[in-house]
Amino acid sequence: MQGRHGPNYSEGMNSERTAVITSLAREMRSLLGAENVLGETTDLLLYEFDGSVEKARPELVVFPHTTEEVSSIVKLAARYEVPVVGRGAGTGLSGGALARGGGVMIVFARMDKIIEIDWESRRAVVQPGVVNAEITKAVEHAGLYFAPDPSSQKSCTIGGNVAENAGGPHTLAYGVTANHIAAMELVLPNGQVVRVGSKHGDAPGYDLCGLFVGSEGTLALVTEITVKLSRKAEAVKTLLAIFDTIEDASQTVVEITARGITPAACEMLDGWTLRVVEDYIEAGFPRDSAAVLLLEVEGLREAVEAQEAAIAEVCKRCRSREVRVARDDRERELLWKGRRNAFGALGRLAPSNYVLDGVIPRSKLPQALTSILEIGKKYGFHIGNIFHAGDGNLHPIVLYDPRDSQQFKNAIAAAQEIIRYCVELGGALTGEHGVGMEKNELMPLLFSDADFELMRRLHDAFNPDSSLNPGKVFPLSKGCGEIRIRNKEAAGARR
Amino acid sequence: MSTTANLTGRLEGAVGKHRVVSAEEELAEYAVDGFLPEAIVRPQSAEEAAEVVRLASVEKLAIIAVGSRSKCGIGMPPKRYDIALDMSRMREIAHYDAGDLTLSVDAGMPLRELEDALAEKQQFLPLAVPCFGSSTAGGAIASGIDSVLRQQYGSARDFLIGAEFVDGRGKLCKSGGRVVKNVTGYDLHKLLIGSLGTIGVITRLNFRTFPLPETYGGHVASFESGERAVAFRNRVEASGLPVANLELLSPAAAKITKAILEKEDGPVPGCVESDSWAVYVSFEGSEKIVERIAKDVERLVHEAGARKDEPLDAGADSQLGRVLREAFEWLRSAAPAVALLRITLPRIVPETLAELNQTGDLMRRAVLVRACGVLYLSLMGEQEDERTRDALARMTKDTFALVEAKQGHAALPHAPPGLKQQLSVWGPTAGDFSIMKKVKQAFDPDGVFAPGRYVGGL
Repeated sequence: MQGRHGPNYSEGMNSERTAVITSLAREMRSLLGAENVLGETTDLLLYEFDGSVEKARPELVVFPHTTEEVSSIVKLAARYEVPVVGRGAGTGLSGGALARGGGVMIVFARMDKIIEIDWESRRAVVQPGVVNAEITKAVEHAGLYFAPDPSSQKSCTIGGNVAENAGGPHTLAYGVTANHIAAMELVLPNGQVVRVGSKHGDAPGYDLCGLFVGSEGTLALVTEITVKLSRKAEAVKTLLAIFDTIEDASQTVVEITARGITPAACEMLDGWTLRVVEDYIEAGFPRDSAAVLLLEVEGLREAVEAQEAAIAEVCKRCRSREVRVARDDRERELLWKGRRNAFGALGRLAPSNYVLDGVIPRSKLPQALTSILEIGKKYGFHIGNIFHAGDGNLHPIVLYDPRDSQQFKNAIAAAQEIIRYCVELGGALTGEHGVGMEKNELMPLLFSDADFELMRRLHDAFNPDSSLNPGKVFPLSKGCGEIRIRNKEAAGARR
Repeated sequence: MSTTANLTGRLEGAVGKHRVVSAEEELAEYAVDGFLPEAIVRPQSAEEAAEVVRLASVEKLAIIAVGSRSKCGIGMPPKRYDIALDMSRMREIAHYDAGDLTLSVDAGMPLRELEDALAEKQQFLPLAVPCFGSSTAGGAIASGIDSVLRQQYGSARDFLIGAEFVDGRGKLCKSGGRVVKNVTGYDLHKLLIGSLGTIGVITRLNFRTFPLPETYGGHVASFESGERAVAFRNRVEASGLPVANLELLSPAAAKITKAILEKEDGPVPGCVESDSWAVYVSFEGSEKIVERIAKDVERLVHEAGARKDEPLDAGADSQLGRVLREAFEWLRSAAPAVALLRITLPRIVPETLAELNQTGDLMRRAVLVRACGVLYLSLMGEQEDERTRDALARMTKDTFALVEAKQGHAALPHAPPGLKQQLSVWGPTAGDFSIMKKVKQAFDPDGVFAPGRYVGGL
């Protein structure tokens, strides 16, 4: 089998390779204890997927408990010339945590301690395996929370969030993960342990946190993270604006943005998608509507009132049928539950769904939604839309049956055409899911040879042998972007 | 070795005669810590800037890129300096989608002009940096200088969404884009912030813009003691009120502020006095929001036992806000020989402030504490002599040590001539220096950009 983005390692190991891995596994067991190493095929199968449509099987899975162990694992793997990839909860949507080059997968699930909370200066020092929502849980009694809130926040880990620079609905007002990281401890591909950033204040020198956050695990593994905690707002209101046409809903987003109103969140669900959600969770989205906007406004009471009024006015001007305000926390929670579980709800309709992630200038939202539907039609799909409208971050969803190879091919083709279209509109390839092995071949749409050469020099400065997370971010098809993948055997995309 | 004459000729060959200057009197204006370039090039396009870097890369020459040159005093003296690359001729707004609140400008775009252009659409860029009247967008980003609006709008890394720049090989590169949310590729543009031109020549910057607030308000209070002033400042910070600016002035800093306000012929709040500590809070938004914050701040002031206090209307607030935006400028020129330190501390506590503000034999001191734990300390020497310089060096080193012990960070963004021979203005390097070296090497393999000016001699 051939992976859709080129060769991959996993099945059909030759005997020489088997011997290498067996020997490496033995050394890993003596390093970490047998209970922290998985090498049986039945176990490894669980780690060949993440939330993307890709698939790649590791040859060993290890569970470190300390930074020192991570460093030792990396050094040991390097001695065997076997690649390494880090993984949190495996909820990523671009294949970032898949072992594209085979080798050792380092799962951070057991490095899941909150090490320290500095209440006064609002910092928490955490291990990478801490689940995103657990940070908020630990501090919310003091009126604090961790702002980035990807939909998978109940299972995804902060280490994965850092690698992918994860977003979420509330990043509209508060920024993505990168805006909330103060410092990190890293293990470089040569095993060296370094600290970058500063728990408090700004240290002189290059913004290394800015570089490493979002580098998709291709430069270093992160073993400790100092996050910034935010204060809960004094007041919050959740609004549901209901529309009879999707054009009116998207025009509302354009108007809200242009007027400089910044809600904390501004999410859109189209009619088709919200009906699926209603069938699954009765969140309160009107089934006969063509689209809804789920808006949240936060801040001082006065600011919330003013924003609510301004939004209601824009909605009315844009022919919204009705604007409902959640009356209490229960109603609020229910609306958000509908939003967060939408992808799960869609899972009931088809064997698989492909959640795309493109980003466009917000002023172009109406035309983009129309074009996306047309592209879907061309390939025989109805494309649902449930996305972060306020920051132009589209998430078209293609429902398909992976067992039907033609349908799978069409799904990929439709996805690529949509992403190309986003770029044509002045947008980008990914707003929050990352490039990974999903979009690395599309990177030349945005970047020139000179851009790749520079990114490559930076990559090689830390990861010269591509021993860490090979086959990601850089296009394999371009000579200058080549990432060496040792051991060429193929595994298919998920099908 | 190249001679001046033939370097000028080769540069003219690369970018054209009209772009290159080597007249001595002009060269003097491009001095960096007393070092003069051999030639000045004023590119009109990113491609021309790249052409100059390519030539420098091949010939192993050193380039310092400059905008309005208002912050060239930041950093160590250059180890080599052949070409001043003056980006001020590249000053167009390349793209402005007001409806999307995104903007793309050339590096040489003057912030003042940009402010006017954005105001037409009721928007602004929260880069409220010192020397605002002359600063360029590229210089503000490369120098990494503080914006006084950081508390509310974040620092540049929070609203710079993309950049184009020339790398050390003379290749035109880019990072990020023109959309507000984007994780495509490495975030190289974040590395440019505060890099002092050591990894690339910025040619274009993409920002997200912000709606202009409807109105402004402020409050000034004066206090008998530093302790009380700090207590009030910390209460405001801990209140979670969305203030745009929060500044604490030592008596010496208040005295300078007062003098400037008087000279400007604007309103002088009675609370800005020469002999007492002052705290300034400013806020912005709709009338209702400003009113609400004003009320809360007033309550906090009275609880804090201020000696005097007064609310500021929009006009008085803007006036004082502008003067404090320029604090870096007036603190560094407050005496004949000034060492100006920028410090960040985990906590602003009276004891640390007292230690930093102690007065010595030769020196007066002024302290300005900003939001986000940022503090400026001006050591003001009255003489430009060796004795003063030695004292400044000693005090700077002592301050570096004190700040390190408090788990803070310090740098010396302004120093009188000669002081930089005695110490590194960046303080001691940390454990991440090996990583910084790799970054520098990747961007600038031939050491073309501002050699020796940055942290650890990069």
